[in-house]
Amino acid sequence: MSLTVENLTVYYQTLKGVVQALEDATFSLDDGEIMGLAGESGCGKTTLGTSLIQLSGRMRYIKGKLALDGQELPIWDNTAMNDFRYKKVSLIPQYAMSAMNPTRKIGMLTRELIEAKKVDFNQVLPELKRRLELVELPEKVLNMYPIELSGGMKQRMVMVLSTLLNPSLLIADEITSALDVSTQKAVMEMLGEFRDRKYVKSMMIITHDISVLYQIADSIMVMYAGQLSEKAAAETIIREPRHPYTKMLIAALPKIGVRYSEQVLSGIPGKPPLLLDPPAGCRFRERCPAAFGKCLQAPPFKEVQKDHFVACWKEFERHA
Amino acid sequence: MKRYFTRKVLIYLLTFFIAVTIDWMIPRFMPGDPVLNMLAKAGSVHAEAQEVMYGYLTTAFGLDLPIWQQYFNFWKALFHGDLGVSVLQFPRPVADVIKSAIPYDLLLLIPSIVLSWIAGNKFGAFAARSKKLDNTILPVGYILTATPYMWLGILLGWVFAIILKIFPISGAFSYALKPAFTWTFIKSVLQHWFLPFASLFIVQFGGWAIGMRNMIIYELEADYAHYLEALGAPKRLIRKYAYNNALLPQLSGLALKLGVIVAGAMSTEIVFSYPGIGYLILMAIQNSDYFLLQGCFLFIIIGVLLANFIIDIVFILVDPRTRLGMQGGS
Amino acid sequence: MGAEKKTNEILYFALRNGKLKIGLVIVFIFVAIAIFGPLFSKYPLNEFVAGGPNPPSADYFMGTTAYGQDVFAQFVYGLRSTFIVGIVGGGIATMLGMLIGFLGGYKGGWLDEFLNGITNIILVIPTFALLLIMVAYLKLRGVVLESIFIGLTCWPWAARAIRAQTFSLVSREFVDLAKLSGMGTLKIIFGEIAPNMMSYLFMTFILQFGGAILNAATLDFIGLGPTQGASLGLMMNWATIGSALLLGYWWWFVPPGLAITAIVGALYIMNVGLDEVFNPKLREM
Repeated sequence: MSLTVENLTVYYQTLKGVVQALEDATFSLDDGEIMGLAGESGCGKTTLGTSLIQLSGRMRYIKGKLALDGQELPIWDNTAMNDFRYKKVSLIPQYAMSAMNPTRKIGMLTRELIEAKKVDFNQVLPELKRRLELVELPEKVLNMYPIELSGGMKQRMVMVLSTLLNPSLLIADEITSALDVSTQKAVMEMLGEFRDRKYVKSMMIITHDISVLYQIADSIMVMYAGQLSEKAAAETIIREPRHPYTKMLIAALPKIGVRYSEQVLSGIPGKPPLLLDPPAGCRFRERCPAAFGKCLQAPPFKEVQKDHFVACWKEFERHA
Repeated sequence: MKRYFTRKVLIYLLTFFIAVTIDWMIPRFMPGDPVLNMLAKAGSVHAEAQEVMYGYLTTAFGLDLPIWQQYFNFWKALFHGDLGVSVLQFPRPVADVIKSAIPYDLLLLIPSIVLSWIAGNKFGAFAARSKKLDNTILPVGYILTATPYMWLGILLGWVFAIILKIFPISGAFSYALKPAFTWTFIKSVLQHWFLPFASLFIVQFGGWAIGMRNMIIYELEADYAHYLEALGAPKRLIRKYAYNNALLPQLSGLALKLGVIVAGAMSTEIVFSYPGIGYLILMAIQNSDYFLLQGCFLFIIIGVLLANFIIDIVFILVDPRTRLGMQGGS
Repeated sequence: MGAEKKTNEILYFALRNGKLKIGLVIVFIFVAIAIFGPLFSKYPLNEFVAGGPNPPSADYFMGTTAYGQDVFAQFVYGLRSTFIVGIVGGGIATMLGMLIGFLGGYKGGWLDEFLNGITNIILVIPTFALLLIMVAYLKLRGVVLESIFIGLTCWPWAARAIRAQTFSLVSREFVDLAKLSGMGTLKIIFGEIAPNMMSYLFMTFILQFGGAILNAATLDFIGLGPTQGASLGLMMNWATIGSALLLGYWWWFVPPGLAITAIVGALYIMNVGLDEVFNPKLREM
């Protein structure tokens, strides 16, 4: 097990009150596993992803235990986390196009970051050059400023930069949304390559685009309104979803391989509840055709078949 | 870079052209024939001045010539460095009077601009570090930028020259001394220089500190800063990047503020009877010395354009975005 | 989420914002003095009522000048001039800035190139020098005329800022919609674009207001102020010429500068407060 998460609960402090963005998340990630994390915008998938590396100013850790490679991951302690960040947990941000300081040469900013992490840059340099070659970037980019690179080149550069110290866990947050379809595919393939070459041990790819995940993800986890709904092998999620929400989500996809956008999602009747004051129990209840009395209690995220987790009372009854 | 440069130079040339045209136009098209008025007044100050003035008027101004000819002659005289004759210091040519005032302006402007810019930036970056510091420094900074230059000068002069008698209140050096390269003279110059310098420094300092504080807060919210934070880079590195990047807009801010600073220096010189261009302007206005006034106007324009040009060159040196011609802007 | 709810929210943050409140209170105090002060003035403006200089006393609230004029009268009438300059000068500069910024930003193309070129040129010319040369040739100068000149020379940075804002709004959906429905340029600008940057325009006006006051003070101080009446800058000019410093008549030169600093400083701090109210990002938690 590369990553285990138990009952992770993270809220947002806002002026209007507490937003319950992530409730009791329990799941794990195997060594070498690439997991896709899908759901509508505002479902808490980015909260889950970013909380594993850095709680932003307004995020509040409520409870939960985390372990990475058998070692406790202290996400509630910003200073202690600094030892893990980059070396053990790393991030390819949504904003990869602007993630590099525009006034520093790329080689220089890489050196400064590496040295800030107390690693000898000269020892990393040959590996850096090898990886640049792998993602088809010329070595001379190190002597260039970020603005001299195209969007796709910047994306690849940030991928190399983020994974240079071989982290155990890589979080990739909506990294393909700014790219065209063919570039998306190439980026995803490179990420797979990174895993195969063991540059990263496990990976969490956050996206609202299931078709992108289908290309490389081993497993897919679906979230709804701050709660985990279902996690299973990618193939299983697409072919035999169990959770009513996943079913609707997959049904709303016209065809595998076609991108679904938020508009298509809104084709599902009803709206997700406001997380400022969410109803108790299963949060999908009000939109769920199969809802019944028991749904007033929150269902646990249970393994109903090997490696297939669902949070739905109806499903538990079926497998009881 | 080439495009950026040509564009800038073109704008400066055009600006100079327009400024000279304004300088030529205003005395001619203002109601009440100010030129003849000036001639009459000059005559009352210096009887013999009227004749010389009239000579300049017929060659450079040439009021009886067609308008385009007048305009052409004005440019011609300008390129010969002929700005007319000062009434105030008759019969010295205006260009000569201005030339002897320039060193004093540079002595005040350059150190106050450079030092306040550097110190203000450092201080603003420091203020952005903690909420508490920020909440006290921010209002002080805003009050400093809101202070009229001359009033701060008056206050400093009153406290340090009149009440405490630490510094002299007027002139560029003691009236008892003659300019010479001696220790006594240099000491006297420094003593007279300090108060006007200090009032210029303090007001500008407030502006730069606020500017830097606002820019740094903005930069710390930039994507690259968030990325570095997520990767656990030390605060020191992130602040260094933010500071360096915030210096660039501060530099263009300097270019934009030059006019205000120059105006501030002019009025500060008046407070301390410091013999720079500002003091000349006051004298020129009081004595209706319009040629001198027009000369001062041209000089200020040329000075500000040159300073802008220098800032542009510095910008190219420090900003890769400008150098690589990706962003032509400001 | 109705418009009403949004207004309420802004009002809520406005009332909680200390910077905004302090700034407003200071500005209002001075506005009140400018409006009602002259009613309490015992002596006519600029008349030589006392034989010579007097420190503040029951007779002369703020003392008299070296020539025996009542400082209080000069101060309250000077404050009036200051606010007139701020409103007229700042107002004209903001309107010109809006006109040029909106047109350039909305129309684009050669018109934008042209307007932007002019803006850049006037931006480089020091406003002060321009004012100097224009005002110097006027025989009779009044506060309003001075304000108009200030307004005519101070618009460029407002134009530039508004142009940039307009650019970012023009590509929005509601502007496209208005264009498709065949609305005229002016109607789109004032009906669709301007309301969406009201807060920004208001803050621009406040900055221009403060800038106009400082500009006028400088002009007045170097002797190009109004030839009649009073202004705070003129008071400092008279004090300097009358050797008030050497003679230690602090009541003559301290109040005018203090008032300018307080008014303009309060305006700036108010603006920071407004920025926090309008930009949710800056609101303190």
